Amino acid sequence: MTELSNPTPAKPPRSQWLDVWDQFKSHKGALMGGILFLLIVLSVYFGPFLWDIEPTKIDIRARNQGPSLAHPFGTDQLGRDMLARMMAGGQTSVSVGITAMLLALFLGSFIGVLAGYFKRLDGPLMRLTDLFLALPLLPLLLVMMLLFREPLNAAFGLERGIFILIVVSIGITSWMPTARIVRGDVLALKEREFVLAARSIGTTNTKMITRHILPNVLSPIMVSATLGIATAIITESALSFLGLGFPPDFPTWGRLLFDATDYLQQYPERVFWPGMAISLTVLSVNYLGDGLRDALDPRIRGR
Amino acid sequence: MLTFTIRRLVLAVPTLLFISLVIFLLLELAPGDPMAQVPLTVPPEVKEKMREALGLGQPMHIRFWKWIVQFFWIEPQVMIDYYFGTSFSEGDLRVISWQTRSPVMDIVVQRIPQTLWVVGTAYVVAIIVALPIGIYSAYRQYSWFDQAGTFVSMVGFSVPPFFSGVLVIVIFSVQLGWFPSIYDTTHVVNSWDSFVKQLQQMVMPVMVLALQITAQLSRFMRASMLDNLNQDYVRTARAKGLSEYIVVMVHVLRNSMIPVVTVIALGIPSIFGGAIITEQVFKVNGIGQLLIGAIQANDLPMVQTLTFIFAVLIVLFNLIADVLYGILDPRIRYD
Repeated sequence: MTELSNPTPAKPPRSQWLDVWDQFKSHKGALMGGILFLLIVLSVYFGPFLWDIEPTKIDIRARNQGPSLAHPFGTDQLGRDMLARMMAGGQTSVSVGITAMLLALFLGSFIGVLAGYFKRLDGPLMRLTDLFLALPLLPLLLVMMLLFREPLNAAFGLERGIFILIVVSIGITSWMPTARIVRGDVLALKEREFVLAARSIGTTNTKMITRHILPNVLSPIMVSATLGIATAIITESALSFLGLGFPPDFPTWGRLLFDATDYLQQYPERVFWPGMAISLTVLSVNYLGDGLRDALDPRIRGR
Repeated sequence: MLTFTIRRLVLAVPTLLFISLVIFLLLELAPGDPMAQVPLTVPPEVKEKMREALGLGQPMHIRFWKWIVQFFWIEPQVMIDYYFGTSFSEGDLRVISWQTRSPVMDIVVQRIPQTLWVVGTAYVVAIIVALPIGIYSAYRQYSWFDQAGTFVSMVGFSVPPFFSGVLVIVIFSVQLGWFPSIYDTTHVVNSWDSFVKQLQQMVMPVMVLALQITAQLSRFMRASMLDNLNQDYVRTARAKGLSEYIVVMVHVLRNSMIPVVTVIALGIPSIFGGAIITEQVFKVNGIGQLLIGAIQANDLPMVQTLTFIFAVLIVLFNLIADVLYGILDPRIRYD
C-alpha cells in the first residue's frame, strides 16, 4: 500500500528518446562513429569556406607535389590542390549517399508498409521484392549507367544528369532489405491491441498508417538509413572506380581513387587519401548504425 | 519437403523468364549502336545488311523469342554434343557475341576457371577463417578478442575492395615486391616452381576478397552462436555434466550452423558472378572482367547472357538455401 499512499513519483518521467540517448552513449564505438561522421560531413561542406583554393584550378608548375604547407595533401598531375579536390569530391559522395539512401528508404518503407498493412497487396509486392533481390545488381547498375547517361545528360545538363542517374539507380536497387524488415514489423504491429482500439473508434487507413504504424516502425527504418548511406557511398565510388560514374573532371572520392591508381608506383599516398575518406565514412556510419540498433531495441536497452 | 521444392522450382520458371525479359527490355533501350565502330566509307546498304546479320532487323518480340530459344534449347544441345560427341546442334545459330563474333557460351566457358579459382579459393579461405572467429567471439562475448574481432569485421565491411586491393598492391608489390600486382592468366602450372608462382599471384586477390567475406560470415556466426548460447538446452547439456567442449562444439555449434549454412549457400552465386571490382583491380580476366568489357563495348548479347546466368544462379541458390534450411532445421515445416 506504500506505493499508493505516495502518488508523486520520486523522479521526473523520462522520455523514450532520453533512454535511447543514454543507451547510445554507452556504446563507445557508436558515439565515436557518430562524431566522426558529423566531422566528415561538416568539413566536407564547410571546409571549402576555410580552404578556398578552387578544386579545378590548374597550376602546372606545382604539379605532383608532396604534402606541404601550401598543399597539405599535395597536388595531382595537373597541379590541382588535393585537399580542395577531396572536399569537393566528398560533397558529391556524401550527397549521393544521403540522397540515394533517402530514396531507397522512402521506397522501402512505402512498399513495406503497403505490403504489411494491406493483405491483398502483400503477395504481389513481396514477389516484386524477391524479383529485385534476384536481379544481379552491380551488373544491372552498370548497364543502367551505360544506357541512360546520354538522355539524362541532355535533359538536365552534364553534372545534374549524372547525379540524378546515380542517385535513382542506387535508390531503386537497394530498397529491398528495408521493405522486408518494415513489412515484418508492420505485420506484427497490426495484431496489437492499440491498432484494434484505434480501428474501433473509426480511424481511417491513412490516419492509421501515419499516426500508429509509421512511428512504431521508425527504429528499423533509422537503422537501415545508416546502413543505406554506407552502401550508397560504396556503390557510387565503385561505379566511379569502374569509370562509369561521374565525368573525369568532376571529382568524387571514387573518381579520385581511380585517377590516383595510374600513379600508383610514383605517388602511392595519393591513393591513400580518398580511399581513407571512403573507408572512414563508411566505418563511422556502420558503427553509428550498430549503436542505433542497440539503442532503439527496448529489449537490449537498460542492460 | 518434396512438394515444396517442386512448387518453388515451378515458380522459379516464370520468375526467370520475367527477369530475362526485364534485362532484355533494359538493353533494348540502349542508345548505343553496334554499328558505330564500322567505318563511314562502308555504304549504308551494306551497313543495313550487317545489322540484319546481327539479327537487329526483326521486331523486338521475335528477337527475344530467338534469344530464349538459343539460350534454353540450342546451348544445352551444344553442351550435350561436346560431352557425348553427338551432333544435335549442327547448323543451329548460337548466341553470338558482337565483340568477337564467336559464341558467347564458349567465351564464358573459357573465363570461368580463372574466376572459380580466385573467388572460390577466397570463399573457402574466408569460411575456414570466419567460423572459428565467430565461435570464439561469441563464447567470450565482450572480451578483448570479441572487441578486436568486431572492429576487424567492421573494417572488412567498410573498406571497399577497390581501396583494399590498391592498398595491398602498394604494400606487397610496390614496397616489398613480394607478389606480382597483375594476375597472369596464361600461367600454366606444371612444376613446383610454377605452382609457387601461381600461389604468389593468387595471394593478393584472395586476401582482399576473403577479408570482405570473412567480415560478413564471422559477424553472422557470432550472432547465431549468441542466440543459441543462452538457450535452455545448453543449460540442460551443462547440467547433465557434459564437458564444455562438447556443449559448445557439438550442441551449440550444430544449431548455430543452420542459418550460417544458408548464408554460405546464398553467397555461392557471387563466386561465379566473379568479383567485378577485385578482378578489375588485379586484372584477373574472369567473368566479372568479361562483363565490364562487354558493357563498355556495347556487346548486348554478351551482357544479356551473362546477367541472365547470374540471375539463374541467384534464384537457384536462394532455392537451395531455403531447402537446406528446411532439411537442417526440423522445426521449420514448409507444408
